[in-house]
Amino acid sequence: MEDISSTTAAGGKRNAEYFDRRRAIFTLGAVGVAAMARPAKAEAAGKTKTTARIVIVGAGAAGLAVASRLAAALEGARIVLIDARKGHLYQPGFTLIGAGLKPVKYVVSSTAEYVAAGVELVTEHVAEFDSDGNKVITISGTSISYDYLVVAAGLELEYGLIDGMEASLIGTMGIGSIYHSPAAAEATWRSMSTFADRGGHGIFVRPNTEIKCAGAPLKYTFITDDYLRRRKKRGNAELVYNSNNNVLFSVPIVSEKVRMLFEEREIRTNYERALKAIDPSRRIATFRSPGGTEEQGYDFIHIVPPMRAPQAVRNSPLPWQAGSWATEGWVEVDPHTLRHARYPNVFAVGDIAGVPKGKTAASVKWQVPVVVDHLVADISGQAADTFYSGYTSCPLITRLGRAMLVEFDYRNNLTPSFPGMIAPLEELWISWVMETVALKPTYLSMLRGRA
Amino acid sequence: MKNIDALVLIAVFQEMLGPLLWLLLVTIALGSILFIALLFHERGLQPHRAIQSQAFGLLGGLAALGIMIYVSSSGFPDAGGPIDWLLIAVVFGVGLAGSAVLFYTLAGWISVFRRGAQRRA
Repeated sequence: MEDISSTTAAGGKRNAEYFDRRRAIFTLGAVGVAAMARPAKAEAAGKTKTTARIVIVGAGAAGLAVASRLAAALEGARIVLIDARKGHLYQPGFTLIGAGLKPVKYVVSSTAEYVAAGVELVTEHVAEFDSDGNKVITISGTSISYDYLVVAAGLELEYGLIDGMEASLIGTMGIGSIYHSPAAAEATWRSMSTFADRGGHGIFVRPNTEIKCAGAPLKYTFITDDYLRRRKKRGNAELVYNSNNNVLFSVPIVSEKVRMLFEEREIRTNYERALKAIDPSRRIATFRSPGGTEEQGYDFIHIVPPMRAPQAVRNSPLPWQAGSWATEGWVEVDPHTLRHARYPNVFAVGDIAGVPKGKTAASVKWQVPVVVDHLVADISGQAADTFYSGYTSCPLITRLGRAMLVEFDYRNNLTPSFPGMIAPLEELWISWVMETVALKPTYLSMLRGRA
Repeated sequence: MKNIDALVLIAVFQEMLGPLLWLLLVTIALGSILFIALLFHERGLQPHRAIQSQAFGLLGGLAALGIMIYVSSSGFPDAGGPIDWLLIAVVFGVGLAGSAVLFYTLAGWISVFRRGAQRRA
């Protein structure tokens, strides 16, 4: 696998220019709103005329945003967006449902609302990627050929890879998991609230795979701790966070801050524990640990399932060819351009992209303009110089009403948008306000290609 | 570049507020014009009404904070640092100034029209 640190360091000058430009926009003000705002080159320029056929697989945040920006940048192109799902879910809101602060409807809308004019929506699953033949084949057997392919197929939650676990258990027998769906997030809130009324043994896990929103397992631990304190039951409870590896967050300085907060809140931490099996009737979770296996009893458990690429992608030639990313099926792309390493007319964006730290809506926001720039430049016969630095952000909720606005890049550098104003490792109300007020409208604007 | 940034901000606020955004902008624009017109008409601030408006503005500031707390699901604002106090002050200040100006302008024009009606009678 490529050494991201060294490749990014090589592009140091461009990197610095990139962030100077971004910061200039941030300082224009409108706290929170500017946090994800940056115009795309393609919008600034006039439309490019072409007859290119562009297929986008997946109509989640990444697919819709790419489609909107391509529709705005190109004239005459055939843009086909393929996804069987008709509903759209604002996934960053799942944590707030799980915290009992927002209803299910807060995150639910329809895909059709965001499909730009001129984009053809095909409501089918893709069954096969024929990257050598430049076509995809849908579940009904329809073959759709392309000049350019953008893979935005997301990922699959694999509850079944935990023995004894299935999604239908969420909300029963002390089992919670905010990741699965809005309804499951609400069921998780009910289970957690019951636990917070009584106290007991609460355990939190994260899987031994790449995951989307790596902050969410931590957020939910902090939120549970806060509810226990508000209901005066913290003294009756023991909380244990089980990390799959030997850190709490992939960025060392953030990991250390979370360790300090866990220590302060008396949340015990186990390292190198991967959830292997669960026995719901006995309320026992079994972990793989350095010493073999370990059993932990619980009154409440928050499960984050293993995640991997959808089967059609895993079975295609698109994933990495070696390493854990090959096993999990993430698409092999250049981390800075999101262009496929072996198929230059293929890009991957969002959760499916085999890049570090790239599985958040903020990553999508910053990846999409780069992909669109490169794709449009290819069509125009030019070269694009924009690149993705790995920037992403995570408003890491540390209690109800406060969050840390953590922003970072591939190199594990903190990249605060408001240096000197909003400290990235401070628990602040303003960061909470951004999460709850500004994030969703910015996200929806992104889907429409307007932010 | 700056024009595009403004468009981005408008897009985000449109998503946030929907049609309320335009109602808010029209109110701000119309309120400002009427306030300035009132100042010209009355040749300056009327001290008694200005004090009443500021008192009303305190309620407006509290209402603005209340709205912010409601939409951000915050409970009482849990200030964690100076920037939080600044945000609280800005929200309170905007609510105070906005509602005070609105009150002053509305009360002023009502008074102007009443005086006019009395003169005609």
